[in-house]
Amino acid sequence: MVDKRRSLKEAIAEYVQDDLSVAIEGFTAFICFAAGHEIIRQQRLNLTLIRMTPDVIYDQMVAAGVARKLVFSYLGNPGVGPLHCLRRAIEKSIPAPLEIEEYSHYGMVGRYLAGASHLPFFPMRSYLGSEMLRVNEQIKMVNSPYGDDVVAVVPPLNPDVAIIHAQRADKQGNTHVWGLLGVQKEVAFAAHKVIVVVEEIVDESVIRADPNRTLIPGLIVDAVVHVPYGAHPSYVQGYYDRDNVFYLKWDALSRDPERVQAWLDEWVFGLSDHAEYVRKLGTETLERIKPGVAPAANVDYGAYR
Amino acid sequence: MTDLNISNAKEYTPAEIMVVSAARALAGVRTVFVGVGLPNIACNLARYTVAPDLELIYESGVYGAQPARQPLSIGDPTLVTGATSVISMADLFSLYLQGGLVGVALLGGAQIDRYGNLNTTVIGSYTDPKVRLPGSGGACEIAINAQRVYIIMHLKKRAFVERLDFLTTPGHLRGGTTAQQLGIPGRGPQLVITDKALFDFANAEREMQLVSLHPGVTLDIISAEMGWQVRMAETLSETPPPTADELAIVRGRLSSGSMSQSQIASEA
Repeated sequence: MVDKRRSLKEAIAEYVQDDLSVAIEGFTAFICFAAGHEIIRQQRLNLTLIRMTPDVIYDQMVAAGVARKLVFSYLGNPGVGPLHCLRRAIEKSIPAPLEIEEYSHYGMVGRYLAGASHLPFFPMRSYLGSEMLRVNEQIKMVNSPYGDDVVAVVPPLNPDVAIIHAQRADKQGNTHVWGLLGVQKEVAFAAHKVIVVVEEIVDESVIRADPNRTLIPGLIVDAVVHVPYGAHPSYVQGYYDRDNVFYLKWDALSRDPERVQAWLDEWVFGLSDHAEYVRKLGTETLERIKPGVAPAANVDYGAYR
Repeated sequence: MTDLNISNAKEYTPAEIMVVSAARALAGVRTVFVGVGLPNIACNLARYTVAPDLELIYESGVYGAQPARQPLSIGDPTLVTGATSVISMADLFSLYLQGGLVGVALLGGAQIDRYGNLNTTVIGSYTDPKVRLPGSGGACEIAINAQRVYIIMHLKKRAFVERLDFLTTPGHLRGGTTAQQLGIPGRGPQLVITDKALFDFANAEREMQLVSLHPGVTLDIISAEMGWQVRMAETLSETPPPTADELAIVRGRLSSGSMSQSQIASEA
């Protein structure tokens, strides 16, 4: 079996090239900020950034100038307010114009599903009467071939690279996830290349002891990267909580482009990797976001010899 | 949200009467699609009072959440721990929502029109926006597929408009049966819960009509905050004020967590 372990620096250098489309997914949870920061550090250009909820990570990446286009379905700092850097880019072309392509959540889910299962479109009951149909001609209404029903369809989405954060994987990339599953599985199967970033690398036997928890098989994974706290300031179920203090802090500082650049200088360009970032965060922050304990009951798969 | 934490039980805030009114409207409901902030408090209050069997569904992929703290967002880890089921968003939208299992959905917006259509996309034009708003999220399909929709918004002239800048999420579209004719399976907006009054759509035109004024609110106050001539229901009631029990729950069990004003604004 191939050992797919790489450093984050190596994985980004190898798979995330200029002009590619990149999906760092994870719905509020499991957002791989470490990978976003490494892409900024390696100064990629002209990326198409894909994410249902761009969140603070794409706010930072757009402010850093790595993107030319954004594909999304909800543009907010969850539970806090707007994303100021993205608003500046869309409303005022600061630091540069940003092309947008916009769907609803189900539309994005359907696009990943069509992409993953090699279908020409995905049908759904949405968009009826919505002006999203007017501003995005990729969304179409079609007649059912089986009756007089009309449904909306969205086209497949196959990102060049998907970056998924999770609790644990073995060195071949078989990945366990628990908590909000979001579209992690769908985007991984839809993407041409998959980078999995995890809190822990475990032995294959740990994965095989609980196969129902394997959301992503190593079969479709190109690189496995071990980055503890790699989703900070978002969270990993059972490992750490969302650092909401940071999300609120970002809301304040991101109103000022100069403060954003100063933040990027200090927390991204000024650090060599995510391990340094975690050291800079300090033990007080890590203690603050440490959750209590809530284990599941044991599951017995049975031995059948 | 500091105004939920005042201690005098005889007095209540506009936010509290909104929460309490929304909770009461969930009496007997089995499944509700929840947003953060006021809708979340309302659904949890309903669970403790008029709807003990209510299952909370979040678009992040949680069915039957029983949050131990006030969730900071719809993706808060407290929604996962102790939930009935955690599912992919594909299953959530296809099987639960489109499958017709959502009884009531609570939605909000930056703008609403007289037929309960919502704008959460832009102020100004789409290609040259004055203010770029978050967009649909799941709201468009939620409004189309939920059996019924309740809307929670502060009554403000800039929000209750004659004409939306952008129609993100369909309500009753152009009124009457226009939504049905287009193939929308859900029954659409049934109730608009504001800080000043309650509205429903119980007329043939499916036009928003004033059904209940909160105590101390006059018709003049309502008219001043609406962008069109308000339609009156046949009978106009006064909203019963929050009871001491309801306020005790809202200020006690449901007051933990840091809910800021900007959070409430961001529900839009």
